[in-house]
Amino acid sequence: MQMANQIPLVDYLVLGDEPHLVANECTSCQARYFDRRNACASCGLTEFHSVTIPTDGEVRAFTIVAFAAPGIPTPYVAAMVDCGGTSVRANLINVPADPDHVSLGMQVQLATELIGTDDEGTEAIGFGFEPKEG
Amino acid sequence: MASDDLWILGIHMTKFGKHPDKDMVDLASEAVLGALTDGGVTMADMGVIAAGSLMAASAGIGQQLQKQLGQTGVPVYNVANACATGATALRVAMMAIKSGEADMGLAFGVEKLSGAGLLSGGSRKDDSGVFTPSGRHGAVAPVDGRIGTEIMPGVFAQIGMEYGHRYGGTSFELFARISEKNHSHSTLNPLAAYSKKMSLEEIMGDVMIAYPNTRPMCSANCDGAAAAVVISGAKLRTLSLGQQRRAVKVSASVLTSDPWEESCQILPDVNTLTRNAVTMAYEQAGIGPSDLDLVELHDCFATAELVHYDNLMLCEQGGAVDFFNSGATWRDGSMPVNVSGGLESKGHPIGATGIANVWEVATHLRDEAGPRQIEGATVGMTHVIGLGSACGIHILEKATV
Repeated sequence: MQMANQIPLVDYLVLGDEPHLVANECTSCQARYFDRRNACASCGLTEFHSVTIPTDGEVRAFTIVAFAAPGIPTPYVAAMVDCGGTSVRANLINVPADPDHVSLGMQVQLATELIGTDDEGTEAIGFGFEPKEG
Repeated sequence: MASDDLWILGIHMTKFGKHPDKDMVDLASEAVLGALTDGGVTMADMGVIAAGSLMAASAGIGQQLQKQLGQTGVPVYNVANACATGATALRVAMMAIKSGEADMGLAFGVEKLSGAGLLSGGSRKDDSGVFTPSGRHGAVAPVDGRIGTEIMPGVFAQIGMEYGHRYGGTSFELFARISEKNHSHSTLNPLAAYSKKMSLEEIMGDVMIAYPNTRPMCSANCDGAAAAVVISGAKLRTLSLGQQRRAVKVSASVLTSDPWEESCQILPDVNTLTRNAVTMAYEQAGIGPSDLDLVELHDCFATAELVHYDNLMLCEQGGAVDFFNSGATWRDGSMPVNVSGGLESKGHPIGATGIANVWEVATHLRDEAGPRQIEGATVGMTHVIGLGSACGIHILEKATV
């Protein structure tokens, strides 16, 4: 259950009992966007509706970032995950950040994690993908 | 030469590397004076100027150069287009000639990036205050490093890994071997920022930036400039036979941007726009990949070079790994790629890059590349990618005067 004092890191992450991602889908050509768009980059029309993205996916590409801008903890695994045909950018979490534990084609599932707490006690909740159990 | 042909009349690049005693105008001036001298012309002959600099286009680097070399009153276009800035400037000058507004023009690119470090990716401070969604993702905190990566070594690492996922055969060692090739090539290039041979072990054992790209597998930030004088075929015919003989024909000049693809909002797609550009370039030039004697492609990272073998159709679709493993892209192979040392060793002063690679190919076509000359080269291609994205391709041919 989503606690009253939680906020998602980004607005396309929906918290609650079953955390998931949502996308803005073009009602004309079905192109999907996680950010707000003025019009569809694929077909140019302006009507979108919200769709739920599957929480299971496959790692199509990854990198292990060892050197980042100041303040960003390293190493971390950045990846492109294919969730039922929709590509998602995310970190791989709950897995050691080394090439022995991360691989192309790896099956993963959405997971959430605490990002931080603000001055009013509100928790920011982020997401990543972790190795799928079983 | 047909009247509507485009030619490079003169071209020059500075040494790439650290130039602490020269500012951007100094570097640009050196390149421009070199190109004018090479072409046997002066600033007074230039009907248009295109000035490329990612960092200084908004500061009017073109007019700054005029203040030093000649305020002739001709139109100046200051150009920024990510890592395709130089190629874009070159193309702007060419378009002015194609349109008939000028019969001779100058394009230059310059950058000072020594010690610049990572050029993208947001730094992060402690989260404080009250979380408030902002921006197009409604983010309450910085997302670089929390939702994937924004740093270029990491983005291009994924681009190489995605190719591996699609076709198989990639590994850390394979990508490092591509870097080994380019560092080996650089030993013959006195203008390269780094010209030291590096063993596979040294490359793989160096500082990891974003797996599988270690530091020597990343393009080198450095200072440098390059410049070219472009001219119409009609005007070239009025010049001396000596100038005509050293002129290099521009058989294709193409710029594309990235068309929409499903995953392009997640990982920039550098493939489709390159394929689109090279298809147009081969058609414009009336040649195919097998006609090329050398290629300078955008190896901003070792992982990028691999995918561009495929994108530029130097190999069969999906066959880039086998193609590289065959030795084809070494300087003694069937399709020499980045004999200059590439961005990984020659360096990548962003605005200069897309003209410096034209200088490299032109120098081989003129049979003036010294110890690194690709013997008998008559056709070559240059390629740059600016993330965001832009792809610039030029096909050049030796004069047959």
